[in-house]
Amino acid sequence: MNRAIVRVEHLEKRFGPVRALMDLSFMVDEGEIFGIIGPDGAGKTTLLRILAGVIRPDAGSLRLFDRDLLRELERVRPLLGYMPQNFSLYGDLTVRENLLFFSTMYGASDPAWMERLLHFARLERFLDRRAVQLSGGMQKKLALIGAMIHRPRLLLLDEPTTGVDPVSRRELWDLLSEFHLQGVTILVTTPYLDEAERCTRVALMHRGRMLAIDAPDRLRASLGHPVIEIIAQPIMGVHAALRDHPGVLEAVILGDRIRLVVREGSLSPEDVEEAARGIPGAIVQEARWAAPRLEEVFAHLMHQETADG
Amino acid sequence: MLRRIGAVSYKEVLHILRDPRTLAVMFLIPVVQLFLLGYAATTDVKRVPMVILDWDRTAQSQELIDAYRAVDAFRIIGYVERQEDLARLLDAGTAQAALLIPRGYGSDVIAGRRAVVGLVIDGSDPTVANNAYAAALSIAQHHSTEILRQTLHLDPQQMPGLDPRPRVWYNPELRSANYMIPGLIGAILQFLTMLLTAQAIVREREQGTMEQLIVTPIRPMELVIGKVAPYVVIAFVDFGIVLALGAIWFRMPIRGDMGLLFALSSLFLISSLGFGLLISTVASTQREAMLLTYFLLLPAIFLSGLLYPIQAMPTVLQWVSYLIPLRYMLIILRAIIVKGVGIEPLWDEALALTLFGFAVMGLAARRFRKRLE
Repeated sequence: MNRAIVRVEHLEKRFGPVRALMDLSFMVDEGEIFGIIGPDGAGKTTLLRILAGVIRPDAGSLRLFDRDLLRELERVRPLLGYMPQNFSLYGDLTVRENLLFFSTMYGASDPAWMERLLHFARLERFLDRRAVQLSGGMQKKLALIGAMIHRPRLLLLDEPTTGVDPVSRRELWDLLSEFHLQGVTILVTTPYLDEAERCTRVALMHRGRMLAIDAPDRLRASLGHPVIEIIAQPIMGVHAALRDHPGVLEAVILGDRIRLVVREGSLSPEDVEEAARGIPGAIVQEARWAAPRLEEVFAHLMHQETADG
Repeated sequence: MLRRIGAVSYKEVLHILRDPRTLAVMFLIPVVQLFLLGYAATTDVKRVPMVILDWDRTAQSQELIDAYRAVDAFRIIGYVERQEDLARLLDAGTAQAALLIPRGYGSDVIAGRRAVVGLVIDGSDPTVANNAYAAALSIAQHHSTEILRQTLHLDPQQMPGLDPRPRVWYNPELRSANYMIPGLIGAILQFLTMLLTAQAIVREREQGTMEQLIVTPIRPMELVIGKVAPYVVIAFVDFGIVLALGAIWFRMPIRGDMGLLFALSSLFLISSLGFGLLISTVASTQREAMLLTYFLLLPAIFLSGLLYPIQAMPTVLQWVSYLIPLRYMLIILRAIIVKGVGIEPLWDEALALTLFGFAVMGLAARRFRKRLE
């Protein structure tokens, strides 16, 4: 039913001795919000730049909208909207001048559409303000509607929410949902795992590879190890003691609680509570089964990768 | 296509108008350079300070001193009694020339014998020394002829010998401003177009806006033309300003056809813009672009004949100068402005500029890519 509009096969990119992308293959279907999640240096920006035609890969095949991106780049360009990680509009031009400039570049002047975009982004009041004088969040929203000015069918967004306050982050995602509803396919990178929940599928990227690609809930289910959550004080002391407990694979402090990934069948919440009470001075409030979070999936996959490599 | 070029140019004009520093660079620097170099780079040597040591003290020695006093080349700053004082003044640079008249000069002249006088010239600045040397010698010879005439009681009209009647064409007063300012116009034109073109493109890369521009369907040529067009206009405006100031302030005569000058300047601008574009493909920051511009401009300044005549250079450097487009432009500027010639004697230069323009622009266009790397 859905057709793949992004097909990447065996993509490779080096920067000198550094292999930024290693044998990368994936597909994105029309209508998806495809999230690429990974720490800094994972290769997210490199991947997006290649997809946007800003840099060329060393090897691999790239098909966008069933066209060879490297050969027919100029024909594919009008279908793509790209928002680089750093603000890339003109700071000394106003909001209006920036939008008009880029709409002319695409040969797509549509005042009504521009109005709507400004309305979505709530930037109508700032039409005559220079871009450099906008807040960080407003700059990101401007860049986003700038990337949408020619009604592309695929949006490539490189960390649109990095360095943005929580309110603006929410507004940006609402904007993305709006565009998604209008039928735009979205490929977005982010370092924030909580944003994965808003994606139809998520790719976990690490050191130039994709460790896993799936829907967020299926990724969580794929962990393969139960998770136990325990609330106990003093949190540091309890964490240090449980971390080295046999059967515990990972132990992470999250706010007022400690989350433990345990080997299947090795420990129950009661066992953990028992163990914690054995620590001198420790007060345990509660220990219970918990649903795996993407963090734990990611951390586990990264550890496996490091162990294998 | 034209709409995109127009939009890029319009955007560039907005950048220029909103950045007072760029505006200042574009309109102030040419004027400042004109005044600085128009005054400083003059090679007219006048009023060389001269000290007199007159041991003779006769009417004849006074006549010789008056002959030196009468010309513009020297300014007599005083008399000394002893040779040591003379040396001290020359050492200090207070005097750059000295006239020594020995005892017995007057009686030698009266008796019709060969009279000897001494001339000392400070050679530390060869330009000053050359001029002073020639002037001092010429005055002495002139005075010598005068003594000869008086001794032989000859009518000035019946003097035998050579009576040269030199006439200097094009620049009869030999004013160096008339030579320097046309040259400066060429140098300023080159500097501005190279630097501004390079910086305008490098700035997009440095500020990250190039990344957004690259993903649009704009063609590289449209981008280049659109970005460069405003700077071509600015270059011609500066050209006009410097030309007008040269004519009004420095009283430089403008004899030739300005239409022809503008046409040939356009040929020159092609190579200059090409160099700017070439720099932009190499430099990744505006600072680098600036350094590269100076790196390319310095040899042009010294080898093009802007400050020093090409004929005075070693043969090898004379050959090198053929590789510098500014060389041809300077010939054209000086020929049209000072001599008022038409296109006929300038075909070679026009052809050279055309070849350079297309070669440099072609190379730059080949290197210019719509990519970040």
